[in-house]
Amino acid sequence: MRPFSFERAADLTHASFLGQGTGQGQTDADAQFLAGGTTLIDLMKLNILTPTRVVGIDALRAGNDSIDSGAAGLRLGAFATMSAAAEHRAVVEGYPVIAQSLQLAASAQLRNMATLGGNVLQKTRCTYYRDASFSACNKRNPGSGCAALQGVNRNHAILGVDDTCISQYPGDFAVALIALEARVELRGPKGPRLIPFASLHTPLNRQPHIETTLRPGEIITAFFVSPGAWNRRSVYLKVRDRASYEFAIASAAVALDLEGERVRTARIGLGGMAYRPWRAAEAEEVLTGKPLTEGSAQAAAAAALTSARTHGYNDYKPELARRTLVRALLQAQSMTLTGESAQNHAG
Amino acid sequence: MLAGCAAFATLGVPPVTARGSDEPTAAAGVPARVSLTVNGKPIDLTLDVRVTVLDALREQLQLTGTKKGCDQGQCGACTVLIGGQRVLSCLTLAVAAHGKRIETIEGLAGANGELHPMQQAFIDQDGFQCGYCTPGQIMSAIACVREGHAKTDADIQEYMSGNLCRCAAYPNIVAAIKQARDQMERG
Repeated sequence: MRPFSFERAADLTHASFLGQGTGQGQTDADAQFLAGGTTLIDLMKLNILTPTRVVGIDALRAGNDSIDSGAAGLRLGAFATMSAAAEHRAVVEGYPVIAQSLQLAASAQLRNMATLGGNVLQKTRCTYYRDASFSACNKRNPGSGCAALQGVNRNHAILGVDDTCISQYPGDFAVALIALEARVELRGPKGPRLIPFASLHTPLNRQPHIETTLRPGEIITAFFVSPGAWNRRSVYLKVRDRASYEFAIASAAVALDLEGERVRTARIGLGGMAYRPWRAAEAEEVLTGKPLTEGSAQAAAAAALTSARTHGYNDYKPELARRTLVRALLQAQSMTLTGESAQNHAG
Repeated sequence: MLAGCAAFATLGVPPVTARGSDEPTAAAGVPARVSLTVNGKPIDLTLDVRVTVLDALREQLQLTGTKKGCDQGQCGACTVLIGGQRVLSCLTLAVAAHGKRIETIEGLAGANGELHPMQQAFIDQDGFQCGYCTPGQIMSAIACVREGHAKTDADIQEYMSGNLCRCAAYPNIVAAIKQARDQMERG
């Protein structure tokens, strides 16, 4: 690990001031915020991230980690740990896709350490990005090429990629957030702002070294999810190479509002599949207003994967993604919502 | 191994300062002062900001019960409790743990050397072979029971998945956790 200076922020204003070197969303900014550290310390040990300044923001957990749910929807403080959010009753009952995406991620130890804000900013697990002995990595060394294109790319992305980078966004929670049209509250040197979660991660655009739209010194302070009937009928289905403690090779976040068999609203995200957190808008369109059957689910899944580009070892992914999405849709459809029957009795 | 606390006297740790009065801040290459509570004892250290809790425990405090497996947050051998929560000490900078309470395998046994129920259960159920992952398994298992995640075999398997065992003693580890769980819950 390279030497760095360490400063500890006392509050958000102080943190934004100290963090003005965090850059414009590039991967290798000179200053890095340290909260849970589960991505940052790992990559600093590998000499992939070599900041000269680390700003500790652990002290900001208190006051920025509350989870509130009500008529206005769900607010997740970005300093809440993954484990706290995964087990929060309002999340488990009202937004199961979020609770499941967190509970199925990482390990108990990592979930105790990692904050929600840090989780959505986790770096790709691309083996060529994580190994500095491969010089060809446009994410690490812009303009150097991509070793994964001709390499062992079994766990590389097939959606949102171009010939500069096929690295995969590895997270689960972000897939649920993008499906539910979450918004992100940011706090920076110039004050707070609220942006759609879908605009936090930048499209590839032949610029894999620019990953987010965060401005210098900006910190994620909260996530908001609007109320909607689909939130409760929601599922996160994760397919992986071992039963637990593993990244997705395919996943689907599905939230449905049904009227009998007919789909009023479908919200769909795909994980283990794309360069960035991925919303399958084409699949949503296919389903909206139509009955949800195995046939229509298959049509939706086919629509979601039409732009897929594979590179050899990951040729299996489109079919796995389609099957994963079909299963998630049917699983969400078959959910029994206990609250609904209670309301009916009350009515 | 269980007498690790006695080693503190010989460490030559820096003079004790008013705890919490100096938050660790350091320029690159300049050592930082860090105050920790390790197994109930207040400790003040001066160390490079790159030092992890794992390396501080093993190399500065001679508490070598906590093991370094992968050193990349993938195996769980370095699991300790910080603030009562199980975490990976290899991915936690010591400066980031300033002011916090750390519990390690050396802190489990009683004053007279009587083993914690989880330690005894790993012996009774043959919950290890080479033993390298065992301190991490035991710390993780204690937290798993306290969290209420050890109610069923499936729960134990899921919530202990962050602790790898290359000898694959998994069935016996599950049996050990069930034995200790019942004792811990009785009190």
